[in-house]
Amino acid sequence: MALTGLQIYKLLPQTNCKECGFPTCLAFAMKLAAKQAELSACPYVSEEARAQLDAAAAPPIRLVSVEGPGHKVEVGNETVLFRHEKTFYHPPGLFVRVKDAWPVEQVKGAAKEAMDYSVTYVGMDLHLDGVAVEAASGSPETFAAAVKAVREVTDRPLILMASDPAVLKAGLAAADGTRPLLYAATAENWQAVAEIAKAANAPVAVRADSLDDLADLTEKVKGAGIQDIVLDPGVRDPAGTLVTLTHLRRLALKKNFRPLGFPIITFPGEGASDVIEEAQLAAEHIAKYAGFIVLDRFAPEMAYALMAWRVNVYTNPQEPIKVQPGVYEINNPKPDSPVMITTNFSITYFSVANEVDGSGQPGWLLVADAEGMSVLTAWAAGKFDAEKIAKTVKTTGIEEKISHRKLIIPGAVAVLMGEVEEELPGWQILVGPREAVDLPGYLKLWKSF
Amino acid sequence: MPVEIPVEQWPGRVIEETIGATPAEGGTRSRVVKVGGENTLPFMLTDGEMPNPPRIAIEIADRRPTDWSPLLLEAWGDVVDDPAKWAKAAEEAGADLVLLQLSLTRDGSKPTTAADAKALTRAVLQATGLPILVFGPGQVDADNELLVAVAEEAAGERIVLGICEEKNYRTIVAAALANGHLVNGRTAMDVNLAKQLNILIADMGLPLDRIIMDPTTAGLGYGIEYGYSVMERLRLAALQGDKMTQLPMLVTPGFEAWRQKEAKVGEGVPASWGDWRQRAILWETLTASNLILSGADIVVLRHPETVKRVRAFIERLMAK
Repeated sequence: MALTGLQIYKLLPQTNCKECGFPTCLAFAMKLAAKQAELSACPYVSEEARAQLDAAAAPPIRLVSVEGPGHKVEVGNETVLFRHEKTFYHPPGLFVRVKDAWPVEQVKGAAKEAMDYSVTYVGMDLHLDGVAVEAASGSPETFAAAVKAVREVTDRPLILMASDPAVLKAGLAAADGTRPLLYAATAENWQAVAEIAKAANAPVAVRADSLDDLADLTEKVKGAGIQDIVLDPGVRDPAGTLVTLTHLRRLALKKNFRPLGFPIITFPGEGASDVIEEAQLAAEHIAKYAGFIVLDRFAPEMAYALMAWRVNVYTNPQEPIKVQPGVYEINNPKPDSPVMITTNFSITYFSVANEVDGSGQPGWLLVADAEGMSVLTAWAAGKFDAEKIAKTVKTTGIEEKISHRKLIIPGAVAVLMGEVEEELPGWQILVGPREAVDLPGYLKLWKSF
Repeated sequence: MPVEIPVEQWPGRVIEETIGATPAEGGTRSRVVKVGGENTLPFMLTDGEMPNPPRIAIEIADRRPTDWSPLLLEAWGDVVDDPAKWAKAAEEAGADLVLLQLSLTRDGSKPTTAADAKALTRAVLQATGLPILVFGPGQVDADNELLVAVAEEAAGERIVLGICEEKNYRTIVAAALANGHLVNGRTAMDVNLAKQLNILIADMGLPLDRIIMDPTTAGLGYGIEYGYSVMERLRLAALQGDKMTQLPMLVTPGFEAWRQKEAKVGEGVPASWGDWRQRAILWETLTASNLILSGADIVVLRHPETVKRVRAFIERLMAK
């Protein structure tokens, strides 16, 4: 829990020596509380006070990372229960599980298919984050061979899953050059697993079936020198994960309960019998409140839906995703192709651009700087008015590219037609459809307008 | 180490509302459907209770839809040509409620008349024993004319009339008041607009337990996070005791998901989008599942397979 200025002041030397650059210790304490100064500026603070202040400054949910040579996944360090309160910061890593008991070619094929998968959504190339390799065989050699096979097809991070420390160690050796998550330390094996993790500086997942046992275990693992811990509270069904993960988030944020202040790993496939059921569960975990999600099934449509949802949930509600204002050329437009205008809110832009693109008909799409708002919102806020539309037409150079003077405005702002005509003398203003989905039909008729 | 579970008890509670009326209550429904009544965030049954699980309404059109995905038309088959048969099929597909969506015209040119609306409502009421919702075409004059007729025809059935919006609610609310119905009030993804419309409707004398609020939503990938967060905020306000937000929420994930290309079409899309049918079902299912997690009390769906999926998810979430 963050300390107040006065609480910090009590831990400072209270000598007002000014060496920190502030006139008094109290002023310095206030700046510390506001995170506008660093404790290291005080040369006289005691070790004990430093430890207390550091502990208080640590985030309630630890930031934990896993790495491969080509990719890093950081999770944790969340500060709110609901995205509207501020934002969610670190999207959960989506991993796909393979098992070492499968033939090596199957392991490789499954890992490659999932890791090669990529889909474009609102201009972003999305992909899954890594592979979880499970030691189902019980053999160190087989596990190492499976890890090696996965490493041959991807540079993304790994999760190594084995209960036998000797097997885990063999897998870790095969994962050389990466920083995998080790899964899992339990009441039975935690000493050996912690030792392996410490030597490799790798994060460790701990698994227990009650929060009481889980807290015991994290304290033990911490005592063995491990800081980067991930929690598996052992729940697998939709109700259990929702309730338990919510309890964990509350404990961390509201109670600043350190023993459980870590990211959480979930296994939606273990609570599901097919792709759609697994996707429902994984979607729940994306919203509430997983850090690593290990999928047992991979299908392109499932990966696309889950990754789109993940972008949605982790979009900062205070900062809509925007696209660059300007002229966008779709399907190689000619001077006589239609000109449309919309706003620079990404979802608005992509809805319109995708429809025009999909229609197969060429067009010029003007994107106005509406501060990332959708058409109606921007219009209501005065960010997408006749003046802005005219300015966009004038400054984007569209007039030099076309042989006509017809502009299609969104149907949702049909009321602006007259004003835009006044602002753009010589232009004919056409009112397009309200919904982007109706644009292809509209564009077919455009020549007749 | 004993960990104290952080329970959150809230001072507020969502109003419990009853849709439909049995013969004993002056209607003809074979059962009523209760919605709302929760005093906890969705499915946090360690904090409070959810006396009613989220309910599923299946949307049917009053004639063969012209703009629905071929996947939907294929799933329902010939019943889409007959609202009565479609209503019965919806009941068999596992709906709690049937939503009849009226069109502006009967055949693309002839406007839907009050007499048509009455006949359609009657046909649907006779075909299914489930409580129903009837939504107008969404044009002020047509909505007012048709919904008044619907309200009269269904007097005593405790149906839900929609859609009330800030620019047009008076006539619909008056029709609900006169005939013992509920209304659905829709606002554009904004907490304050939702509250304001609830106040305007309540000011006309309609009791709060006959108002459902529809904060509007969007499809997965198309702005769903706005709807999701507005619903979370509305529900938190309700639980904190803000009376004018303590109404059950209805959203239309079926409509929102199926108008997106991901669900609607199978051709001319990137190969990375995968299998069309499964993608379409996923799009509607995840849109609905996610909105249920943010507080939806009624989800309006379109595909029978989605209905099964969402139903199963709700049942698992309600399991203690």
